[in-house]
Amino acid sequence: MSTESAPAPQSGLAEDVKQQGPRVAVSALTTNLREYGLIIALIVIMLFFQYTTSGTLFKPVNLSNLVQQNSFIIVMALGMLLVIVAGYIDLSVGSVAGFIGALAAMMMVIWPLGMFSNPLVVSIVCLIVGALIGAAQGYWIAYHKIPSFIVTLAGMLIFRGICQALLGGGSSVGPLPDSFKALSSGFIPDVIGPLTLIPPTVNAAGKTIVGSGLTLHMTTVVLGLIAVLAYAYFGFRTRRKRERHGYEAEPFPLFVIKTLVGSALALFLVFQFASYRGLPVVLLVMGVLISLFVFVTKRMTIGRRIYAMGGNAKAAQLSGINTERLTLLVFINMGVLSALGGLIIAARLGQAVPAAGLGSELDVIAAVFIGGASAMGGVGQVIGAVVGGFIMGVMNNGMSIMGVNVDWQQVVKGLVLLGAVIFDVYNKNKA
Amino acid sequence: MASTILEMRDITKTFPGVKALSNVNLSVEEGEIHAVVGENGAGKSTLMKVLSGVYPSGTYEGQIIFRGQECNFKGIHDSEHIGIVIIHQELALVPMLSITENIFLGNEHATYGVIDWDANETRTGALLKKVGLKEDPKTLITNIGVGKQQLVEIAKALSKEVKLLILDEPTASLSEKDSQALLDLLLEFKRQGMTSILISHKLNEVNRVADKVTVIRDGRTIETLPRKDISEDRIITSMVGRSLDDRYPPREPKIGDVIFEVKDWSVYHPIHAERQVIKNINLNVRKGEVVGIAGLMGAGRTEFAMSLFGRSYGRHITGEVSLHGKPIDLSSVSKAVASGIAYVTEDRKTYGLNLIDHIKHNVTLANLSGVSSRGVIDDMREMSVANDYRKKTNIRASSVYQLTGNLSGGNQQKVVLSKWLFADPEVLILDEPTRGIDVGAKYEIYTIIARLAAEGKAIIVISSEMPELLGISDRIYVMNEGRIVGEMAASDASQEKIMRAIVRGEGKAS
Repeated sequence: MSTESAPAPQSGLAEDVKQQGPRVAVSALTTNLREYGLIIALIVIMLFFQYTTSGTLFKPVNLSNLVQQNSFIIVMALGMLLVIVAGYIDLSVGSVAGFIGALAAMMMVIWPLGMFSNPLVVSIVCLIVGALIGAAQGYWIAYHKIPSFIVTLAGMLIFRGICQALLGGGSSVGPLPDSFKALSSGFIPDVIGPLTLIPPTVNAAGKTIVGSGLTLHMTTVVLGLIAVLAYAYFGFRTRRKRERHGYEAEPFPLFVIKTLVGSALALFLVFQFASYRGLPVVLLVMGVLISLFVFVTKRMTIGRRIYAMGGNAKAAQLSGINTERLTLLVFINMGVLSALGGLIIAARLGQAVPAAGLGSELDVIAAVFIGGASAMGGVGQVIGAVVGGFIMGVMNNGMSIMGVNVDWQQVVKGLVLLGAVIFDVYNKNKA
Repeated sequence: MASTILEMRDITKTFPGVKALSNVNLSVEEGEIHAVVGENGAGKSTLMKVLSGVYPSGTYEGQIIFRGQECNFKGIHDSEHIGIVIIHQELALVPMLSITENIFLGNEHATYGVIDWDANETRTGALLKKVGLKEDPKTLITNIGVGKQQLVEIAKALSKEVKLLILDEPTASLSEKDSQALLDLLLEFKRQGMTSILISHKLNEVNRVADKVTVIRDGRTIETLPRKDISEDRIITSMVGRSLDDRYPPREPKIGDVIFEVKDWSVYHPIHAERQVIKNINLNVRKGEVVGIAGLMGAGRTEFAMSLFGRSYGRHITGEVSLHGKPIDLSSVSKAVASGIAYVTEDRKTYGLNLIDHIKHNVTLANLSGVSSRGVIDDMREMSVANDYRKKTNIRASSVYQLTGNLSGGNQQKVVLSKWLFADPEVLILDEPTRGIDVGAKYEIYTIIARLAAEGKAIIVISSEMPELLGISDRIYVMNEGRIVGEMAASDASQEKIMRAIVRGEGKAS
């Protein structure tokens, strides 16, 4: 019973440091492959539909449609990601979105509110109402430990009911003001001015043929270039900083390939948007939100705490994390984003309808799970949820263009969700 | 009579890195009550798990001979089939089902899957009469006390036509009165000719009912005492009489003034509000001192520590805690951490680590403000902190990006320790810091403890391993049934002295 195994403390460490050669490169590649597998899957799906729709998918007008149709799913998926990572679920988001759309329409069109029916004021009020709804649901979940499934199932029934009651039964309320509709169907103004590369063809009647020629929306081009340059610059700077501190897992060639492929894809999309009517407003809103949530989850203490809570709530609590308040905040955030989703839906339809957002909670949850989040909590990435949302969106869009029956679209989406999760579980067990 | 019913020969069971049992022999005669005693971790429960098939045949070496036949159990089902029934320390009853449903769970009287409840209830009535429990068979388990639940477990065992009944610490959570009733029942069964094995460390109970006592220590059989040789002193000597090698790092304690003091600390059970779990504890720790808290499982040590640390256990907590003579507010974990208290849990997997995240994120979790400014984490600072503590505590991993769920027990414990060291506490409470880790890692943990004490921290170590406490502490408190029943300087403490304090304390509680 002596202590042979006790000494020799440093040997293990020295060994590890020396081995930072090929083994690290291989492991970096495999981890990155898993991480980028989803993006590759999205690209494959897009290419598939590009082929089966004879090139319609990537047409500038269709890309704009794609973004406008799916933006509310992705906006809500950002909040749902945090909810699921924290170890909960929210079934009420579709109903809350519907209710907020109805509220916004009533405020802008029906109720005599004077200057308070201004779209901007209405939007702010709606976001605050969303926060209150999130707080009301989160309160029971956080402080009374009532399962989120039950609380939000109740919320789903309650807010769908209020939505329909507000709209007075089955009727729709509209039309909504154009300035409000711009949130969904608008494009950013071209402050720089268009650049005509190929003049449009003029037909015999002396009119230009719509869609011919090539005119670029220069503000979009400039914004796109700035974004791509910033992406490359910050990626490079982080890498340099890590190298200076002596930490680097990712081999340089991989980094270069990653940056080049990412930039090329982004520039292609920018070009497509610029050759139509420019950047959709809602895409800009989405882009800002996605960046914000990536930052919060990756870099901020509150993000880290949410992951810790979802991974092991008891350990997080015993590490001094106020898990109750954190839960409340996660649901308030979800409420605000559901409200924003509701505004986007109403703006796209140009009116509030009783069925707005109906069933969208399932699309939102599916997006998060396709994106690799774990139903047990603690695991999931913002980018994953966004890509998951786009995978759903591209499939909807592509199958609609192909003329696939709506019934069968559901079947295919269900199979993709199941397949993605099976793939994840299989990967995890192998690791 | 007097034929051997069970013979276990040369049982050896190895877990990765640990030999839990080596060449254990146990021979039980028909119709006797055979007690198996030993310290926590001596291997008693492991031996019983081998016997009942929890560890299937093939995962251990040695022979089990029951009623003249060699047995190779593949699972609990096999051992129950031939009449060996074990009642575990943690009761395995379903709280929201009735007594009848629990007794016949998985074994219902049924025709083509349709249960005949009348038949089941009639049989339950008969069984309950046998164990002396006056309850309606329809009563839900959750509505009866622990003592009665224990009786239901025994009735369940009887329903399986038991030939050998094994009771693993049956009185651990019972009151004095219920314990007596249970022991009487055991004696009654013996009169009817049943054989039983009683695992216990309550020596007064063993003394009262056992015909023979087998002592196990460090995974070995030490001796089997016949009835006439059974006495508490004899058993204690046998239980703890091991030679102490050089298993603890040398240290020269530099002990200063009292910096941490707990006065009149009382805590009530979180669910059974009338049960007082911690009873007026007074305790102090000096600068640079390692204070041990000894006691058996269930003595209330963890409950005491967790109630101190942000009221993480119990309710109606009263008492005062002061640091450097000033009262401190420990009403939430974050306040406790801010005041300079840290608690390293006994159950690192459930309460200590986020197993699906890597070392780096676990190490900084209790002190995120130490690696961030205005809520934004500085990745580089976090990285260097993680690497720093990985070196300091010698965590063996491929990098700080290794998931903590994939580490060995010893390395996991070092991650939990690192987390709390980075929070920079003045008072560090370590609850069973070496549970389930190998000898080498234990030595490393002891070294870290010694270094922290040398740095002037006040350290409280809770441990069920007495040699460990004697090896690393300067002063030892003995706890039993929620109170401090002894305090001694480590220099004149011994395992016998601690054991005596516990055994004597046992009688006092009622």
